[in-house]
Amino acid sequence: MRFLRVLAELRRHPSAVVGLVIIFLLLVMSIYAVIKIPYSEAVRLWRAGEVVWLENPRNAAPKWYNWFGAGLPETIKIETAQAEKAEEALGGGVGRLTYRLSFDFPYQRFPRELAIFFTPTYSKIPPQVVLSWRTPDGREIPLGTRTVRGAERYVLSGDSNLLRRLGRVPEEGLFADPANPAQALPGRYELVLEAYTFEPEADLSAKFIVYGRVHGWAGTDHLRRDLSIGLLWGAPIAVAFGFTAAVGISLIQFILSGIGAWFGRAVDILIERLTELRMILPLLPILILVGMVWSRSIWVILATLLMYGSLGGRKGWRAMFLQAREASYIEAARAYGAGNFRIVFRYLLPRLTPILIPSFVLAIPDYVFLEATLALLGIGDPILPTWGKILRDAYSMGAHFKGLYYWILEPAGLLMLTGLGFAMIGFTLDRIFNPRLRSL
Amino acid sequence: MENLKRLFSYFSVRAVLLFLTVVVAIYLTIIIANVAGYMDKIKESEIREQVYNMVLADPALQRLPPSELRAILEQRVEIAKRRAGLDKPFFPHRSLEYLRRGITLNFGRAEKMTSDSGSNQVRLILLERLPYTLLLWGVAQLLVFFVSVFLALALSRRYGSLVDRLCVALAPVSAAPIWFYGILLILLFASALRALPYGGFVDAPPPPTTLGYVLSVIKHMILPVLSIFIAFIFFTLYSWRTFFLIYSSEDYVEMAKAKGLSSRAIERRYILRPTLPPIVTSFALMMISLWMGGIVTETVFAWPGLGRCLYEAIQLVETPVIVGATAIYAYLLAVTVLLLEFVYAALDPRVRLGGARRP
Repeated sequence: MRFLRVLAELRRHPSAVVGLVIIFLLLVMSIYAVIKIPYSEAVRLWRAGEVVWLENPRNAAPKWYNWFGAGLPETIKIETAQAEKAEEALGGGVGRLTYRLSFDFPYQRFPRELAIFFTPTYSKIPPQVVLSWRTPDGREIPLGTRTVRGAERYVLSGDSNLLRRLGRVPEEGLFADPANPAQALPGRYELVLEAYTFEPEADLSAKFIVYGRVHGWAGTDHLRRDLSIGLLWGAPIAVAFGFTAAVGISLIQFILSGIGAWFGRAVDILIERLTELRMILPLLPILILVGMVWSRSIWVILATLLMYGSLGGRKGWRAMFLQAREASYIEAARAYGAGNFRIVFRYLLPRLTPILIPSFVLAIPDYVFLEATLALLGIGDPILPTWGKILRDAYSMGAHFKGLYYWILEPAGLLMLTGLGFAMIGFTLDRIFNPRLRSL
Repeated sequence: MENLKRLFSYFSVRAVLLFLTVVVAIYLTIIIANVAGYMDKIKESEIREQVYNMVLADPALQRLPPSELRAILEQRVEIAKRRAGLDKPFFPHRSLEYLRRGITLNFGRAEKMTSDSGSNQVRLILLERLPYTLLLWGVAQLLVFFVSVFLALALSRRYGSLVDRLCVALAPVSAAPIWFYGILLILLFASALRALPYGGFVDAPPPPTTLGYVLSVIKHMILPVLSIFIAFIFFTLYSWRTFFLIYSSEDYVEMAKAKGLSSRAIERRYILRPTLPPIVTSFALMMISLWMGGIVTETVFAWPGLGRCLYEAIQLVETPVIVGATAIYAYLLAVTVLLLEFVYAALDPRVRLGGARRP
């Protein structure tokens, strides 16, 4: 009932409405992430290394870059199963398979990389493949011959022979417009695979990938990982971490302030000294040390944070409790014989909950950003994807210098939205609950 | 006379309590920085490896039979351990020795770190970085402080205007930390526009003329100062504005207005005067926060200040430097807290010490 009243009051403040919408979207995103990609799957996808992501381009921008006329090529995959296949027996057990893998390349920017994935079938003698390239203007470029011994990936972009022959990196040399070598020639390209088999049962299938420069709605990183997984999973982690830390620490400090103010004397002195101790002990260095020597797990960091936070109360709250202690309803409670703990937990603390609620909502962004801060310093959780870790990867891989701005702006934008969402609600709650601010 | 005595006894009790807190804080830092003695094991194996490498590379010792070689090895490891002070246990001997040095601010030598001039004295390592931190954070914090206080006064006069409402609406912007704005500003001004440097203190090589040097330093300071400013200003402005508003709705302000005093006189005598103690407090706390600098901000901007020094020390688990920085901060905080109570008593006539008689 009371909750509904507060909600109704929040609706009168536009910034709180914006904040509520942001938090709602964040929660939807978190739930979607957890349901769509289960925890173990997220960890597997994020930690498995390049193998899972071989078909993604490296450092690709998000697809929506093209909405603004960036004209970046998308990834094109062509499989031999879909291409026309010509089989010919050359006699003496030798057969020739010809695949023409043709595709439209409507872009003027070069692709990121070229690779062919071969899957041969044979018992003794591996098939030989002769590759050639046909451009839209009819030029034919031989790419060389390979023996395919097993399922393998032939990265054209990394072939030094081809590099030497073309005079520039293959993904540019093969696509360049002869009239304007700085641009790619749009049109229909063809990769011709001629496979020579030496056994009657031998076969070869292949997949040709022209890696683009855009991928998905979030782009990819240096390990070809789809950033959308990290960004999606960052949401539940950020919310869970920020919420637990903020609520836990605020509540502990609130209770300790109340207990100190009520019992006074030795208890109060002890809690006051603990508060001062906390003010002196530097939090970030402690967390960094714990992360370096003990464990970087986000849960260990959270536990350390809670322990640090439970050192003492808050000076401001203590002062308010000292005032509230003198209220007559508490005297009445004492008169009917209520015990100390009953008075503290049933009378004193509830009286000041209006102060507690805005302060913990306002503290959530602090802890969300604290996690990102630690990740930025290299103390991020070793397995989970978080926004801070994506930021750290981007930063240490030089995204600033390479112009991969999406890599920084996406996690930063989500962090900022989360921070703004909670802060907007927190500020409004403060104005609603704090009687001195109510009229302002 | 009685008042003075009470004052004295109150402050000496406070001083003793604060000192005890400082001692406990330093001791806790020592234990944490050593991971409760766990670092000793790491250091011991490092020493062992070094000695082994040295002995096994010595051609004079290679011909010795294995048993003699082993004896020599063990003997040298013992000597090296004693030199590093590892022959005594961490609890209680060495931790108390660290504590003694921390309390007396006599930090001795660092184990691995050196200052840029090559000294391994903790005092010099810290002092060398101090000017950089003071320059950056001093400029930025003073800017934030004075801009926010004066702008807040102006805003509180124009309560409810568009500018005022805008400032209230922008307050949540301060939810993000300094480094966050740092990254965005670097992206905009250094990467995209190429107008300002990514970080550092001065161009490399440093400009030969003094004027050129100063200009180069200023150019390097723009982005970090701007990040600190953006991260702090909106919230600070909001809280000062609200604070002044609360005080300007007091009855005595209404009374002064009714008397027809000029708005400047009202501001000076009836708004600023009673809000002076909190203003002084926040100014003092801001000044001591300069000591720690900012670990992350200085790392992001490659600023050679104390924060970065502390971060390097943490990465090397350089206990003397960590303890040194924390101990100085603890003392500064304790002294400031004590001084503030004096200032409060002097500035605020309502503050009464100890068992003041109730009317």
